[in-house]
Amino acid sequence: MENNINTFEKLLKECTTSGKKVYEIMQEKEASDFEITVEEVRNKVYKNITAMKSAILRGLSSKEKSYSGLCGDDCFKLKEKYNKKPALFGKLYEKITMYSLATMEENLRMNTIVACPTAGSCGIVPSVIIALSEEKKITQEEEINALITAGAIGYIISAKVAMAGAVAGCQAECGVASAMSAGAIVEILGGTSKQIINASTLALKNILGLTCDPVAGLVEIPCVKRNVFLAVHAITAAELALADIESKIPSDEVVDAMVQTGQLMSPLLKETSKGGLSATKSGILYNRKLMD
Amino acid sequence: MKQRSLFDVISPIMTGPSSSHTAGAVRLGILARNIYKEIPEKVTFKLYNSYATTGKGHGTDKGLLAGLLGLTVDSCDIKNIFELPISKKIKYTFEFEQNIDRHPNSVDFILEGKINMTISGNSIGAGNVEIIKIDDFSTKISGEYNTIILFYKDKPGMISRVTTLIQADNINIASLECDRNAKGQTASMCICVDGDIPESLIKSIENIEDVYFVRNVKKLED
Repeated sequence: MENNINTFEKLLKECTTSGKKVYEIMQEKEASDFEITVEEVRNKVYKNITAMKSAILRGLSSKEKSYSGLCGDDCFKLKEKYNKKPALFGKLYEKITMYSLATMEENLRMNTIVACPTAGSCGIVPSVIIALSEEKKITQEEEINALITAGAIGYIISAKVAMAGAVAGCQAECGVASAMSAGAIVEILGGTSKQIINASTLALKNILGLTCDPVAGLVEIPCVKRNVFLAVHAITAAELALADIESKIPSDEVVDAMVQTGQLMSPLLKETSKGGLSATKSGILYNRKLMD
Repeated sequence: MKQRSLFDVISPIMTGPSSSHTAGAVRLGILARNIYKEIPEKVTFKLYNSYATTGKGHGTDKGLLAGLLGLTVDSCDIKNIFELPISKKIKYTFEFEQNIDRHPNSVDFILEGKINMTISGNSIGAGNVEIIKIDDFSTKISGEYNTIILFYKDKPGMISRVTTLIQADNINIASLECDRNAKGQTASMCICVDGDIPESLIKSIENIEDVYFVRNVKKLED
């Protein structure tokens, strides 16, 4: 096995020559790099899935506000709405939107979540994997395969850029989480390795330029609702990829574009809370109130 | 260089809301605890820049104290740490300061007790941290490796004496960094190793003439 898989091209080549899926390549690589067994890797992944599920469960039954008082009851509102009037796009859509909110609201309540890839983007990957798992009735092993697939996508992207809003804006947080989720969806739906990578590419390509401008520096506005939007974004990418609609710009080049866009992005828009939403009249007002 | 892992992107299981401001704060607290070794009687946390301005909203203050008291990043007690009996055992205060010479997410632990010590650290992104200073000495402790840190009199042959002892225990050195105030004055050595560090090794390093201070700083678990 090629032991330095750090591009999508290498990953796909490895899948093609070995006849293995993305998750198989990744779990074997992780086991070999850290001198543990594949079973140990999978057990560690499952521990994360369990933590994701409990965060969702807790989040669904709470409307406790955050320390700032700005957020915390949106999942409750959405659940009430769906109870009265189901979502036009069906049960799966309802679950993805609620689960991403539930997780992010648990995060701002200082409860336990899984950073995936970061705490500020922790709602996206769990919402699509768990919602799909419930609706498609997949097994525990398939859930693990899906999360390892998501992890492989994040792993490849993070070879070129740190997963931090301060480095490349929200592209590197919610953007990457959405790309990871798109890959996971295609894995669950039985797509090929090529489709998995293409789904991630399409997701990433369509969030280029996403800034990180949190109001008052908190992981709340716009982070909480952004998680919902980018979870849904992943579905679109997966559907297109399953139809073999390919990104005309190859995957690794899209990552390069994301890195360059991050470098060109003004520091005012990279987690400093000095531009964008945080510098609006209302953003400044929220900040001033919290400082008092 | 750090070996990259699948679990860099799907982990840690942590108390929210921020990897740099919450999980990072807990990890800095744990490293300070691993360096100081005792329970301090009093600690002053001095938070700088973004840690000072947005720390409260992110529970940075709670995280720092929780880590110093031995809680891990996934502990559900972090949120209520100020109300818990373990936090009543020590006196603590928080100070907030803006200082452009410091990292955006930076903290000093000013520890008082049997010995007094000031430990400074930065949260450098995605939950990764580093201890940059112990008292007046530069260090580079990230918690990725078990680390031996020592202060000694700057004179020829010290590195060789220390590394000979490490080699005798068949321990592989991953990295070694030294710093000194001035020629012939106090110097510091920061040695990252693979595997565990036996207490007997720390004792033998302590017994080297002109070694003032040795610590075995355990790596971070998650």
